[in-house]
Amino acid sequence: MADVISYREAVAEGIAREMRRDPSVVCLGEDIGEAGGVFKTTVGLFKEFGPERVWDTPISEQAIVGAAMGAAMTGMRPVAEIMFSDFLACCWDYLANEIPKVRYMTGGQVTVPLVVRTANGGGLGFGAQHSQATENWALTVPGLKIAAPATPADVIGMMAAAIRSDDPVVFFEHKGLLATKGAPPPPDHVVELGRAAVVREGTDVTLVALASMVPVALKAAELLAGEGVDAEVVDLRCLVPLDMSTVLASLGRTSRLVTVEENPYQGGWGATLVSVVADEGFALLDAPVRRVAGECVPLPFADALEEEVIPTVDKVVAAVRGLAAY
Amino acid sequence: MEPAELLAAYEQMTVIRRTEKAAHDLFLQGLVKGTTHLAAGHEAIAVGASAALRPDDYVFATYRGHHHAMARGATPEECLAELMSRATGLCGAKGGSMHLTKAATGMLGSYAIVGAHLPMAAGAAWSARLRGTDQIAVAFFGDGATNIGAFHEALNLAAVWKLPVLFVCENNLYMEYTPIADVTAVARPAADRAPAYGVPGEVVDGNDVVAVQDVVARLAGRARAGDGPALLEARTYRHFGHSRADPATYRPAEEVERWLKHDPLDLARGRLIEIGVPEAVVAEADERATSLVAKAVDAAKAGPAPDPREALTDVWADGGAAWRT
Repeated sequence: MADVISYREAVAEGIAREMRRDPSVVCLGEDIGEAGGVFKTTVGLFKEFGPERVWDTPISEQAIVGAAMGAAMTGMRPVAEIMFSDFLACCWDYLANEIPKVRYMTGGQVTVPLVVRTANGGGLGFGAQHSQATENWALTVPGLKIAAPATPADVIGMMAAAIRSDDPVVFFEHKGLLATKGAPPPPDHVVELGRAAVVREGTDVTLVALASMVPVALKAAELLAGEGVDAEVVDLRCLVPLDMSTVLASLGRTSRLVTVEENPYQGGWGATLVSVVADEGFALLDAPVRRVAGECVPLPFADALEEEVIPTVDKVVAAVRGLAAY
Repeated sequence: MEPAELLAAYEQMTVIRRTEKAAHDLFLQGLVKGTTHLAAGHEAIAVGASAALRPDDYVFATYRGHHHAMARGATPEECLAELMSRATGLCGAKGGSMHLTKAATGMLGSYAIVGAHLPMAAGAAWSARLRGTDQIAVAFFGDGATNIGAFHEALNLAAVWKLPVLFVCENNLYMEYTPIADVTAVARPAADRAPAYGVPGEVVDGNDVVAVQDVVARLAGRARAGDGPALLEARTYRHFGHSRADPATYRPAEEVERWLKHDPLDLARGRLIEIGVPEAVVAEADERATSLVAKAVDAAKAGPAPDPREALTDVWADGGAAWRT
C-alpha cells in the first residue's frame, strides 16, 4: 500500500476491506458502479466485486434506502450511498420513521445492520442544495448511529465499525476533506463508534470539532499557540454514540469549551453537547461556553458569501481569544 | 383449493373476522387505546395470498394489517394483547395496532407511513436473490398508496432489477375518506400503473379467497422462477370506517349493502356447501373460530402490563438505548 491515502480513496478502501471479509456486504447507489461514484469514492469496487455486489440504482432515494432496509432485515449488510447529504431529505421517511424505529416498535424482533453513506458539507461552492452539513438532521432521531470521520485512517476504521455494526449507521463523508491525505491504517483497523479522539493536547481551552471542522480547529489552535493560548482539540468522530466522557475529561483539564460546528447554530449538535456539559460539567467551567457554528441561513453560492456562513479559522480564533480573556 | 384447504381458509378468515370484531368491542370498552384500522372485509386477500406462499416467504403490511399478521402465524391472543397494551403482545406493547409484526414467521412488519414498505419488500426480494434462495417478498398496501412516490420508486426498481416481489393492492375504493377514483388519474389505481413499469398488472376479486389464492400462486411462481415482479389489484371493501374515528358515513348506503352481500366469508361458505362440505362441518369451523377468539380475548385481558423499564430497551441491537457515553 502507498505511503499516503486520500480520504476519497479511504472510503473505497474501507468498503472493500469489509466486502472482502464478509460476503453479505453489498453496495447500492446512484452511479457507484463502473462510474465509481460522482465523488469517486467507490472507485475499484465494481471491478473487484462485480455487479452482484455493487448495484447502480435509478435516482430513487426512497427505493435505495428502503431496499437497503429490507435487505438488512433479511440477512444482508447493505451499504447505501445517497450522493449528497442534502438528498437525505428525499428519503427522510426511512431515516426518521422506518430504519431507526423498526427494531423498537417490533419489540426487538428485527435488526437493521445497514450503512447509509453520504457526501456532506460545504466549502466547495455547490450552493444551497448541495452543500449543507446535515449531521444535525440525523441527530434529531433516536435510533440512528452517526459517524463523521475527519481523516483517511478514521474513514477506514469507522467504515469497518459501521458496516460491522448491527445498528443502522449514517456515515457522513465530508466533501471538503476528500482530497486530503494521511497515513493508511494497518489491516483490520477498526475505530469503535462513539470514541472521540484528543487530536491535540492543551490546557487552556477545549475545542470540540467534527469532520471538516477538525482541521479548522487544529489550525486555530496553532495560531492561538503563538499567542500563548494552549488549546486542546477533540475530534468527536461520532454524534451517536456521543463521547461525553472524553469531552468532560478534557474540560477537567481546560475549564473552557468552544464547539466548532459546520451545521447551523440553530439545532446544531453543539447545543446537545453543551446541554450535557451544563447538566454534568458546570462545575468544571471557568468561563461561558462558546459555539462557533454555521449561520442560520441557507448556504450561499459565492466563496465570499459561503465563508461568512461556515466557521473559519479566524472565527474560531476570535471566539477563543474572547474566552481566554474571560 | 381442495375442500380441506378451503375449509381451513374459511376458518382462518372467520378467526380474523371475529378478532376484528373483538378489537372493535374492546376499543369501545376502553381496553384498546390509540386507534385501530380494522381489516374486516379484507380477510380473503391475506388468507388467499398466504395459502399461495411458502412459510419462508416475506410479507410486509400496512397499519391495516391485523389480517396479515394472523394469516402469517400470529395468534389472535398475541394480536389482541398488543392492542390492549399487554407485555404478552406481539411486540411487547411497543408497537400497537399499526405495527403488528411476527418476524419469526417472515411477517416483517406493519408500517404506518403510506407506501414506505414497498421499497423494503423490494429489498427483501433483492436479498433473497443475493443469498441465492428462491424466497419471494410480498407487499400488501391500500389503494391510497398508489399515489405516493415510494410506490413508483419501488415498482421501477423491482422491474429494473427483476426482483421476486409481488405488490398487492387492497383496493377498498376509499383512500381514507375520499373515493380513490376522485384523486387518481386512472380507473384502476394499481393495475393501470403496471404497464408504465413493464410488469404484469392484474385485477382480482379480493373477496374471493379461491381467486386470490389462484392468482397469487401464479404470480408467485413467476417471481420465484426469476421472471420478475407483478402488481395485483384486489378489489375489496371495508366493513368498518378507515379508523376508529371514522363512522364511514360518506359511503352510499346502496354501495355498502352491495358489498356486504359480497362478503368474503359468505362467498367461501357458499363454495364449501357447493362442493359438498356438510353444513354441520362448516358450523363446527364457525364454533371453533368463535371459541378460539373468545379464549384469546380472555387470555389477552389477563396478560400483564409491560414493565415500564421496557421503554428504554430495544433501540439498539445490544438491547439497550444508550446514545452517549
